[in-house]
Amino acid sequence: MIQTMHMPKAGLEHLITILRRDGYRVLGPVARDGAVAFDELRTSSDLPIGMREAQEAGRYRLVPGIAGEIFGVVNGAGSLKPYFFAPDETLLEVRRERRGFKVSEVAPAPPPHAFLGVRACDLAALAIQDRIFLHDHFRDTHYEVRRKDAFFVAVNCTRSAPTCFCVSMKTGPEATAGFDLSLTELPDGFVARSGSPAGEAMIVKLGLSPAPGDQEAAARARIDECAAGMRRRLDTSDLPRLLYDEAENPRWREVASRCLSCANCTMVCPTCFCHTVVDQEELDGNMSRRVRQWDSCFSLDHAHIHGINFRPKISDRYRQWLTHKLASWIDQFGSSGCVGCGRCITWCPVGIDLTEEVAAIRADAGKR
Amino acid sequence: MKPRVAVFKFASCDGCQLQFLNAEDELLRLAGQVDFAYFPEARSRALEGPYDIAFVEGSVTTPADARRIIEVREESRYLITIGACATAGGIQALRNWADIEQYRRAVYPSPEFISTLSTSTPISEHVRVDFEIWGCPIDKYQLLAVTRSLLSGAQPVLPAHSVCIECKRRGNVCVVVARGEPCLGPVTRTGCGALCPSFNRGCYGCFGPANAHNMEAFARLLADQGVTGDEAMRRLRGINGYVRPWRETADALAEKK
Amino acid sequence: MPTPYMTHPARIIARRTETAGIHTFTMRFVDRAVRDTYRFRAGQFNMLYAYGVGEVAISIVSDPADPGTLEHTIRIAGRATGVMAKWDVGDVVGVRGPYGNGWPVEQARGRDIVIITGGLGCAPVVGLINYIFRRRDQYGELHILHGVKTPNDLLYRERFDQWRREPRTRVYLTTDHPDKSWHYRIGVVTELFDELGAPPSSVAMMCGPEVMMRLAARSLRDKGIDENAIFLSMERRMECAVGLCGHCQYRERFVCKDGPVFSYRALKELMRVSGL
Repeated sequence: MIQTMHMPKAGLEHLITILRRDGYRVLGPVARDGAVAFDELRTSSDLPIGMREAQEAGRYRLVPGIAGEIFGVVNGAGSLKPYFFAPDETLLEVRRERRGFKVSEVAPAPPPHAFLGVRACDLAALAIQDRIFLHDHFRDTHYEVRRKDAFFVAVNCTRSAPTCFCVSMKTGPEATAGFDLSLTELPDGFVARSGSPAGEAMIVKLGLSPAPGDQEAAARARIDECAAGMRRRLDTSDLPRLLYDEAENPRWREVASRCLSCANCTMVCPTCFCHTVVDQEELDGNMSRRVRQWDSCFSLDHAHIHGINFRPKISDRYRQWLTHKLASWIDQFGSSGCVGCGRCITWCPVGIDLTEEVAAIRADAGKR
Repeated sequence: MKPRVAVFKFASCDGCQLQFLNAEDELLRLAGQVDFAYFPEARSRALEGPYDIAFVEGSVTTPADARRIIEVREESRYLITIGACATAGGIQALRNWADIEQYRRAVYPSPEFISTLSTSTPISEHVRVDFEIWGCPIDKYQLLAVTRSLLSGAQPVLPAHSVCIECKRRGNVCVVVARGEPCLGPVTRTGCGALCPSFNRGCYGCFGPANAHNMEAFARLLADQGVTGDEAMRRLRGINGYVRPWRETADALAEKK
Repeated sequence: MPTPYMTHPARIIARRTETAGIHTFTMRFVDRAVRDTYRFRAGQFNMLYAYGVGEVAISIVSDPADPGTLEHTIRIAGRATGVMAKWDVGDVVGVRGPYGNGWPVEQARGRDIVIITGGLGCAPVVGLINYIFRRRDQYGELHILHGVKTPNDLLYRERFDQWRREPRTRVYLTTDHPDKSWHYRIGVVTELFDELGAPPSSVAMMCGPEVMMRLAARSLRDKGIDENAIFLSMERRMECAVGLCGHCQYRERFVCKDGPVFSYRALKELMRVSGL
């Protein structure tokens, strides 16, 4: 039985200090350039205290929130993804030698990272990326090195953005796995739980005492209220079949007329994993780096081979993305590729909403 | 023998060929790999062709230049345009929508000595171009990568996807979504490292159109941001305004008002 | 465990030009330990790396019984293959693999085989045909059908003539647009199926343009060959070859690791839709 503890708001500062002392680089939501993103935390005052955000399709603004509220901002464009699956990194160095070349792996050696204020959807997304990058028959070493020592402090959501739909995707608003410590914010402190031996040890280091029963109930009520208040829905029933059968639904062409094909949705998606590996050769021709960069199924070259482009139209590419995310992902990896974080909705410059697209296709299919 | 390289200038500001000089350390290494046979900006020596690689900066705006580019082509095995002027006609292509006679009389005290064309056109409208490096100015790393490819006997390649991909790789917050800033990033080719959005400004489209774009949807986005008519037209009719997808959209926006 | 992108130096020990723009390279891993442990199955492919340029998926055309020596036939089609065309004996290149599932040579054992190809030289089936000839007694009748748009597209004419002389082997060449030099069949490959006389127990394997494969597969099924005994080798962009980079997705399938060879049963629903 995991015990529920009480942590005063000041405990957060203590937590950051301990993590930093333990050698972690501590990252948490920091307000920057009009949004929050994971960035280095030196002190708890780096957190967006007293702020909230207003999100809708294609629009994001930081707004004043409730004084003293620490985790009032639900999320920003940046997820955990870049910290494990790096957007741009050298995998190999190929050095020319007198006869041939020598290949050596460039292993990353980052300090261990501790993430503070991670939402349930982002932990679910990380679990999905684990299934992609840490297979049984191969493991992506660069991902694995960064992943293995990370420490996660989850924050259970007590409010949702209008773009959130984690309830539909069964990933939130409460973090149920993948964290070391989880926090639920109350006006006068946090209800804390450990989710791992490392989290258990942290509770001891923090010297926390058990939470009074009413605090535990209050935390539960806040999470339940958040779940109940989540308006946006994605009906996931029989989604693979629906999207496979509706591969030629006219809606794909209609959404393609609005879609910029700019790839923002895939870049902000915490689970999208497409990447390309390019050679960056030194000018003197003696060394070439094999560099991995985030790629997107919205780029024109994604399905291109000598003279053939398998997905030449924006409608082909939008269908590929949505069908992969919500349907074929299940066949490939045993779960949906969507965690309901809503980033692809908010950060689409023209505000295309995948839940609306699926609903339209479902409604149209129902008519026939 | 080292490949013979020439750098030619047409109607332009020299900013693109300066990228060779801005390369500093790399320039020295480059000089060890190639022979700059003709590069007036960098050295007084001017050797005659033929050249293995010709980098051409600037657009064609005079009858003399229209003749000269044909000679350059004949002298060059591999011709690469560098920059928005050579690749798309440049900012000076604004004359393509104006009355050049009127300009000539307004600007020059003795207009009769000025021999000019009524248009500014990209090099590819005059001769076959083997590869185009976009940008205003071009990116020195792209320039060096293209040069390296040629030295390795490989067809050069540069990414042609949207600035947004690069912008997000850098972890930028989208200026369209978080600030309502008009930004050409979604329809612009990558290459600058998402420079302007990294400083919280919208993209000016220095690298020309991305290979995948939806101009109708983009024009609607501008309109939603309150950028319509001539103002929207001017966003597109800038450094790369004469290049087709942008030209057509800008023309349509100008007509609509 | 190294990154899945780790490539291993291999030295070119022979180079043969098949026809203009198509070359076959024989290579051996430089590292003895890599060479000694490397094994592959018929129809699998390697990722070949050209220094400074990048990787391309190329099928292995040599025999799996001799995994120490690898043969790859490369058609010059783009940037990387353009550089590969200049590879010569003694050059060192990068190789990682083998990848993909390969041809169903076990399932096909003891049965008549129909091999259908189209378009420009189809390296994956060359390896397959050679594999069958080296084990001729294990397989029944062999029918090789090859369709080209115009006579100029017919590469390896000598090779087809050579195969024609093998026992229990029939070769059919056909074109849509014959000229005076053409003394083979006229029309699309599917028109030849009536005279094949291949029993419903045959196994069909094909490689070529998707439209051709789809029509051929449908037509063979109509002739009574089971959809699970008709195999298509698919082509998609491949970068990682292990189902990691996302490029080769064909709806739920990663062509690199789930394929590149699929049964018609597995693909027929997908092939009806364009742009997947």
